[in-house]
Amino acid sequence: MAEVAGTVPREAEQIGLRNQLRSRWKALPEQNRMGISIGVEIALAILLYFVDHSLAVAVLVISGIYWIRRMPAFPWRLGAEALMTILFLVFGPRSFGILLAIAFALFWVPDRYRRFTMPLAALVLAVLYPFYQTKMFTVPVFGVWPDIATGVYMLVFVMMAVGLNIVVGYAGLLDLGYVAFYATGAYTAAWFASLQFPHTTWHFGAVGITPDLPGIHVTIWILLLLAGVITAIFGILIGLPTLRLRGDYLAIVTLGFGEILPQIARNGDDLFGTGINLTNGPNGITPLDSMGFGHTLSHATGGFLPANFLQCCNAKVLGHQIESTDIFFWVAIGLLLVTVFCSMRLQFSRLGRAWIAIREDETAAAAMGIPLMRTKTWAYASGAFFGGVAGAYYAVFKSATFPGDFFFNISVFILCMVILGGMGNITGVIVGAAFLAYLNQEGLANTGSWINTNIHIGSHHPNIDVPLYASGIYGVIILVVMLFRPEGLIPSRRRAAELHEGVHDEPLYDSAHAGAEA
Amino acid sequence: MSAVEANGSDDLLVASNLRKEFGGLVAVNNVTFTVPRGKVISLIGPNGAGKTTFFNMLTGVYKPTGGTITFLGEDVTGKPPHVVTGRGVGRTFQNIRLFQNMTALENVMVGMHARMKANLFNSIIRTPFVRREEKAARDRARELLDYTGLRRVSHEMAKNLPYGDQRRLEVARALATDPQLLLLDEPTAGMNPQESAEFTSFVSNLREERGLTVLMIEHDMRVVMGVSDRVSVLDYGEKIAEGSPREVQRNERVIEAYLGKAAVEDMKRQGLS
Repeated sequence: MAEVAGTVPREAEQIGLRNQLRSRWKALPEQNRMGISIGVEIALAILLYFVDHSLAVAVLVISGIYWIRRMPAFPWRLGAEALMTILFLVFGPRSFGILLAIAFALFWVPDRYRRFTMPLAALVLAVLYPFYQTKMFTVPVFGVWPDIATGVYMLVFVMMAVGLNIVVGYAGLLDLGYVAFYATGAYTAAWFASLQFPHTTWHFGAVGITPDLPGIHVTIWILLLLAGVITAIFGILIGLPTLRLRGDYLAIVTLGFGEILPQIARNGDDLFGTGINLTNGPNGITPLDSMGFGHTLSHATGGFLPANFLQCCNAKVLGHQIESTDIFFWVAIGLLLVTVFCSMRLQFSRLGRAWIAIREDETAAAAMGIPLMRTKTWAYASGAFFGGVAGAYYAVFKSATFPGDFFFNISVFILCMVILGGMGNITGVIVGAAFLAYLNQEGLANTGSWINTNIHIGSHHPNIDVPLYASGIYGVIILVVMLFRPEGLIPSRRRAAELHEGVHDEPLYDSAHAGAEA
Repeated sequence: MSAVEANGSDDLLVASNLRKEFGGLVAVNNVTFTVPRGKVISLIGPNGAGKTTFFNMLTGVYKPTGGTITFLGEDVTGKPPHVVTGRGVGRTFQNIRLFQNMTALENVMVGMHARMKANLFNSIIRTPFVRREEKAARDRARELLDYTGLRRVSHEMAKNLPYGDQRRLEVARALATDPQLLLLDEPTAGMNPQESAEFTSFVSNLREERGLTVLMIEHDMRVVMGVSDRVSVLDYGEKIAEGSPREVQRNERVIEAYLGKAAVEDMKRQGLS
């Protein structure tokens, strides 16, 4: 028996260096572990103090919060939290002290209410962001807080990521051409709210233009919906031939569509040599009409809702001069809320269940009475809808659309957001998308300038243009996520299980019959 | 229904001259097969006889190379699986194909897909109709889990269920499609004798309490002999025998298919001596 015991295979936890180290670490007494951790953290802080003082403070604050969260609630945790908050409120930066107070307060809310209070707090903080953005402390490495225009960019990409999440996260269809929907939405907005078609003059509720301006001008509110619907129809058209493919094949075909569309945009100024100018070619379509609530609504609300976003705002609220970008920011939050709401409702519906079933096992799903093509097409159409709305909104915000905005890397970028945050989980996707969009717009540049000022070898200062390496950096981020946490930062429980154990989905079909529909 | 009555037959499902070729291999060779209403029919045969291929054609997973399938008097040949399921054919799989990362309850609710009507738009608004339908579906799923003895695990992920429960969940999910004909593909594979015996009485109950017609592929002869009204035997894609369990048991070609020619001769010799 002793011999048998000797040959028993090692437990899974013992295999691999990482797991061995982990189990050895866990074998240490609690006190030793705590001592070592705190020691390492202080050493790290001292080390970083010579690079950047604020980074050392950041390390201490983060580890401090980590230990505070493990203290018994009364009186230690409460006391420590109060002390930390007061320290920052007194010695500054005060904005960080306030943020800390809010965060600590939120964690005192009992668990069962937290799923309401957390999103609500996030929403309130987001809505108020224009009022306190300029007053915020400087974050170590990342620098100042993103400005409002970046906020709009982030919200638009979060919206697209939530849309793509329906296709990739729920239904499990790998779509590498999501940029096609973004482009469709943007160009739809451009066609119906600019001078692109000068031979027709048709106005419908548009603001900020003279009544005799040529071209089609539809109010942006209807246009957003229209862009969504047109993009959804476009999604269905793309989906019908492609969705009968599985996995890798689908990915390749969507990749193709993602490449075709920008080319059409680029060469659409002389469509098939007929002289029809659809997209204005590489020059893009600009300017687009402004957005606004119109004079009637504006008067009715006593000017609270601006008639035209671009000519609004002489009001000062809470000491903050409201600008048109702020209005765009708030409307973007509203659009995102609608997107998230729809996405959540769909997740827990008959259709959402069918999507997950298809992702898990197509053959079994079909045998349970789920029409594969139709159900997948609905996923595609809903994903496309939100991509289209987001694209249209961003085009209106920029007042322009160029074919250069719709390259393949945008598709990958949005997919990265979904993967980083956690496929299938809306909170995860929102966080992942917001972070990557921020990096792309401001974060990388800020990080670059931090590196260039603070890191030096002797008197030699480097001069690295970090945003130049954006694609490489995102690639590394995704590699690291896929290696160590394939389910993303905030995963859905289901997806995490699938990614670690694989799904049971070997095809059972005749290839000729795979997509046949009655 | 009226079509059936007009035909004057009581056959739920009629497959005539059904044929399936994979390249040069004939997996099912012109099999004609009927399933009378309210009966339990077993399909047996050695490994590779084409039983599962036959099943897959009946449920629309494979398109037959030739022949026709009529269900409730309507031609369903080559219709996709969801249409066949919608008409009232539920099935289980030989190698369990549950939705692993969905709970037992969700698995059963997916089975109700074809019987529900909520669409994209009213699901987003969550109209009173959708609410009612969801609640009804949930209640019915619970009832089915009760019926199959899975109530206590209704919120477990399917993959965490023990083997026997997974088998039963597959049946519950198939029942959720509200079938008239239930196809069971080796339902007792991997079960011990006691579990098989329980399953045998479960199938009899299905017929008696729910009025279901059952067609099953089965290897366990005790189960086959216990519940079948009729047994059909496939070998090399052809139907070689059909009849009551007793008849089939004594059929020479069946014994030959299972045990080889030598065995038949052996038995004959024994019979003579």
